[in-house]
Parts: sequence; structure tokens; C-alpha cells
Amino acid sequence: MNDMTRVERAVDSKDIKINAKKVQVYYGDTHAIKDVDVAIEDKTVTAFIGPSGCGKSTFLRCLNRMNDTIDICRVEGDILLDGEDIYDKRVDPVQLRAKVGMVFQKPNPFPKSIYDNVAYGPRIHGLAKNKADLDGIVEKSLRRGAIWDEVKDRLYAPGTGLSGGQQQRLCIARAVATEPEVLLMDEPCSALDPIATAQVEELIDELRANYSVVIVTHSMQQAARVSQKTAFFHLGNLVEFGETGQIFTNPVDPRTESYITGRIG
Amino acid sequence: MTDASMQSPETGRHGVSLTAADEHTKKRAKAEKRFRAYGIAAIATGLFFLVVLFTSILSQGIPAFQRTVVSVDFTLNEPQRDEAEGTLFKTKAYSNLFIAQLNQELAESGISVDFDEAAIERLLGKVGGTIRTYYADNPDKLGEPVNFDLAASSRVDGYFKGRVSRDTMQDSRFLQKSDLDLVDALEEAGIIKQAFNWPFITGADSGVDNPGGAGIGASVVGSFFMMLVVLGLSLPIGVAASIYLEEFAPQNRFTDLIEVNISNLAAVPSIVFGILGLAVFIQFMHLPQSAPLVGGLVLTLMTLPTIIISTRASLKAVPPSIRDAALGVGASKMQAVFHHVLPLAAPGILTGTIIGLAQALGETAPLLLIGMVGFVARGYPDGFLAGFTEPNSAMPAQIYTWASRADVGFYEKAWGGIIILLMFLLTMNIIAIILRRRFERRW
Repeated sequence: MNDMTRVERAVDSKDIKINAKKVQVYYGDTHAIKDVDVAIEDKTVTAFIGPSGCGKSTFLRCLNRMNDTIDICRVEGDILLDGEDIYDKRVDPVQLRAKVGMVFQKPNPFPKSIYDNVAYGPRIHGLAKNKADLDGIVEKSLRRGAIWDEVKDRLYAPGTGLSGGQQQRLCIARAVATEPEVLLMDEPCSALDPIATAQVEELIDELRANYSVVIVTHSMQQAARVSQKTAFFHLGNLVEFGETGQIFTNPVDPRTESYITGRIG
Repeated sequence: MTDASMQSPETGRHGVSLTAADEHTKKRAKAEKRFRAYGIAAIATGLFFLVVLFTSILSQGIPAFQRTVVSVDFTLNEPQRDEAEGTLFKTKAYSNLFIAQLNQELAESGISVDFDEAAIERLLGKVGGTIRTYYADNPDKLGEPVNFDLAASSRVDGYFKGRVSRDTMQDSRFLQKSDLDLVDALEEAGIIKQAFNWPFITGADSGVDNPGGAGIGASVVGSFFMMLVVLGLSLPIGVAASIYLEEFAPQNRFTDLIEVNISNLAAVPSIVFGILGLAVFIQFMHLPQSAPLVGGLVLTLMTLPTIIISTRASLKAVPPSIRDAALGVGASKMQAVFHHVLPLAAPGILTGTIIGLAQALGETAPLLLIGMVGFVARGYPDGFLAGFTEPNSAMPAQIYTWASRADVGFYEKAWGGIIILLMFLLTMNIIAIILRRRFERRW
């Protein structure tokens, strides 16, 4: 939030990865997301902030159609991934989710070995031709998840036996193992202590080199630390979307200012 | 109160010592103690009834595992056989030969007692027939001594087990007081004795007048084939139905209706399933009567709701985060269910299935209506497939049949049968517990 970080946050325009236009989400009769337009850039960390229940997680889950699993949820409007409508009838959500990976609020490793946790995605998508290939993918993913050094000697130990921060990094490694293009993170640090949070944030910054990362967070400091773009949601509306530095220092909308200074939310 | 507060430093509520309990706390402590006493009393009552139940079952049922046998060395020469075969009443000739040898054996032991053919028949049934059949099957045994273990009649068996006593018995065509002298003499000579009742465990049911020969083995086989049918049908159908309802089905009025009906089915009295089975499987589909196949089908209908309810409960218990995780890496819904949810739910499903099977194993009422009760199975089925279609009984049905027969000898068999049935049920429950322990995974 200080001037230093603002200087570091070099602003250069990049390709638009996900373009959402006039998105409406309904839960039964409740209108949860109203007219949201967001353009998420490639190789950028975009943060969604806002008070609880403002719809930021709901919107995030629209981006890889995880809301499909909720019967009463209905999505309208266009969400384009590389120019293709992800809600097109011909789109198989399974293929979409391989391209748009997700990391959840609570670390949720499968109750299997660390190796199997990471290898599961590549296996079901047929990404590895043989065992050596798969070993390679697992190692690469665990390295990207910045957890390789800690687990390389116990790849066959259960993933549930790791500490909370390690579990979350394992989940990130699992998400990147399928070679996604976009990584969605739903409050990835809310169940972690400050040290683990710092590790995950550092990891997010590294992931930016290869992926477009979208992160939902309750912590405004976190949004300021890790993101280049920030979107502020309030009561289902996208109030403001722009450069993180600008949102935190010079917000346009009075509601944004109230929120970041702690007057609402 | 003041004493206590003076002795200890004045801490806690308003200067009252912690060690001095006030009225309110005392009351709460008393209520807690009372509640604990109620709990212990309830458990003690339960245990007391359990002990009474088991003692009565064991004390009444254990004698069924013992039988009284008359063990006689008997030698038949070829000329004797030919002579016996030449007479008009062949089995009577064999019987006479047997009595002659028995007399001789008793004389050798220095015991003299008067008995005749009728007395032997009262003690051992028709001996001649047994001996004749034996030599017809084993002609090579002619000329050498053969030890015959002949089952004593139910009354004699009762005399040894204390059911029949010399003082209270009346002379009848089944047993006379003079026979008891003979029995005592035979016991003294070591000819009549108690032995473990293998035929009870391995044999088939006998006629109404022969409780001594009744065995539960054939009905164990019948129950086994029924359980195969139940397991083979209700596990796949039940698990498939629950997975669909729990994971795939849309939430609407129709699925709600199905859910309510499944819960209702679990509460339908078993006799209703029995009459349904009679109407559909036997009268409409013309499946064989008294067959384990039909019994298994009826019990499948009964077990399905149990399995569906327990399977759905264990599927529900799998945390949704696991489904999210699988879907998040791009697994299809089916992959998420089969790779992750089902393995985690497996211990619960297995336990539910085994408990459902145990319930079905002990069920009698539906079997009444499809003819598996009161049926006297001749023996074991011929081969595996025939086991499903040949008429047979089942353990609880067999027990019911014995309990309803007049001869007190059968009463003892019924208790013995209950012991065997309980042993099977306990084994199944233990297996359920072991499986649960072994496959339970934590996350």
C-alpha cells in the first residue's frame, strides 16, 4: 500500500484471459450477482475483495462452473475464456475445469498419499504416458507448489498428515498438475497461520509468471500484497475494478473508500 | 461458611472460598450424581436381562449338542446275511441277530437283564433296517466286527438329560419302566453313553416322531443360499440407488416422494413382504415353492431399504470438500463419486449391508408364507445351482418348526438351533466391526 509497492507494480497491459460481461447469478429467487463486468488479464493476480456475502466467492465459482453442482443456481450473461463462452451448451465443464483450476478455502487434500493427490488430475486427463512421465509431472507440480523439498522423502505418506500450510500448498500443487491456464483461489489463506500465509502468498507471486491467478480474500492487506488488479464487490454489485494501487490509495467510488478504511463491511 | 473463608485466602466469588460449596452448586452436584446413577441403573438392568437371556438359551440349548448313543460291536457273517435275506421279514431277522449279539455282550459283562424285541425298538427304533441298509451299502464289511453307534430314542435321551424320570413316567408304547432297567444295565456295561451330537450340526430335519435325528445342517445351507441371493441383489441395487439419489438426482418433489417411500418401506412389517413374495414370485412368476431363491428375493426386498438408508447416511458423511477437490481438478461427477466418495463411504456401506444381512438371516415371518416353514428337507441340495431352487428350510424357520412340534425332544432342538443362529449373527456383527475398523480412513 505504500509507494514502494506501487512502483514495483509495473503496469503494462496484457492479454485478456477471462472476459465477463453482464453476469447475473440467481440462487432460486435471490439475485446474488448483478451485472458484473470484469476483464481478467493473463499472467496477473486479480484480487476480489468485499464484505462477507457480497458474492465474490459466487462469482469466482462461476469462472469454472463449480456452481453447476448447486441445483438452484442459475447463471446468465457471458463469461468468455480466450474468447469462448464457457457456458456454451457444447462446453463440457470437466474440460473447462482442467483449464481453470481451483484452490479452496479449507485445505482439502484427498485422503491418499501425497503422490496420488498430485497425480490424480494428470491421471484422469491422461496427461502422462507412463510412470516416469507421471513422476516428472508430480515433481514439477510439487516444486511449483513450493513444497517439494518438504515432502520429497515421503511422497507416499498420506497428504492429510501434513500441516495446514503444507496441505494448502499441496492443494495448489494438485491444481497446477493439470496444467491449467487460470488458477482460482477462494480465500486460500483463511485457515492458515501468518507464516504459512506468507509462504502461500510468495507462491502466488511466483505462479503469476505462468498463470492468470484470481484470488478471493477477506484480508485487504493480502490483496494489496499479492495482486495487481483488484475488484471490489458489494451486495452483489461490482463497485470498482482497477489497478490495486489505485483502488487502495485513490478509490473512485465512496463505497470502496469506506470499505478499505474500515467504515463498512 | 465463615470458618472456611477464614481458613483459606479470600478469593473467588465475593470473598467466598472456592472450597466452600454453596447451596446451588451442591444441588447441581447432586443432580449430576443422580443422573449418573440412573444411567448405571439402566445399563445394569440391560445387562441383567442379557445375562438372563443368555443363561436360559445356553442352559436349555446346550443339551441339544449332546446325544445318547448305543454303541454295539456287531459281526455279521455271509451265511447269516444270506439266511436273513431269505426270510419273509428281513429286517426282523437282522434285528433278532442284533439282539442275540447284544445279549451275549451283556452276559460277557456279567449283567443279566430281560428284554425283548419290543424293548429294543422302544430304545433304538427299528434297528434291523439300519443294519440291513449298512450291509447292503458295505458288503465288504461282512464277517468282521463293526461298531454301530445307534441313536437312542428321544425318551431314553430324555432319561439321561433329566427330562424323564423313573418316578414320574407312565408306561406307554414309547417307554416302559422295565426299559429303564435295561438302560441302566447298558450304561453299566458302557454300551449306552453320551456323545457330541454331530448329526445335529450336520444333519437334516427328521420326521415329527424322531427328535433325536433332527439336525440343523440342511437349513444352515438353505440360509446360506438365501443370503447369497440377498447379498448379490441388495448390495448392488441398494448402493446404486443410494449413489444416484444422493449424488446425481435433482432435488424435486418426485425424489422427495421416493425418499419418503424408502423410509416407509423400512418400516413395513416383514409379513407383508412375505405375502407380496407369495403373490408375485410364486403365484405370478411360478418360481419353485420353498426355494431359497424365493426366500432370498423376499428378503432382498426387506433388506434394500436398510442398505439404502445406511449407504445414503455414509455418503452424506463424506465431507463435501472432497467432492469439490475432485471436481476442481476436472474429475467428472462419476469419477469424483467412484474415486473419492465411495471409498470413503465404504466402511459405512459394508457395516450397513452386514447388519441388513444379519436382520434378513433372522427373519421368519416372510418365510412362513412362501413355504419354507414346516418343510422337512431330506438332506443337502445336489450341487451349487440346485441349492437355489431345491426346496429347503432356513434356520429361523427350522427353529420355528421345531418349537411348534409336540415332542419335548424338539423343544431342546429349537434352543440348540437358536444357539447356532446367534453364533452366525454374532460372527457377522464381529465381521462388520472388523471391516469398519480396518477400512475407516480419517481426513
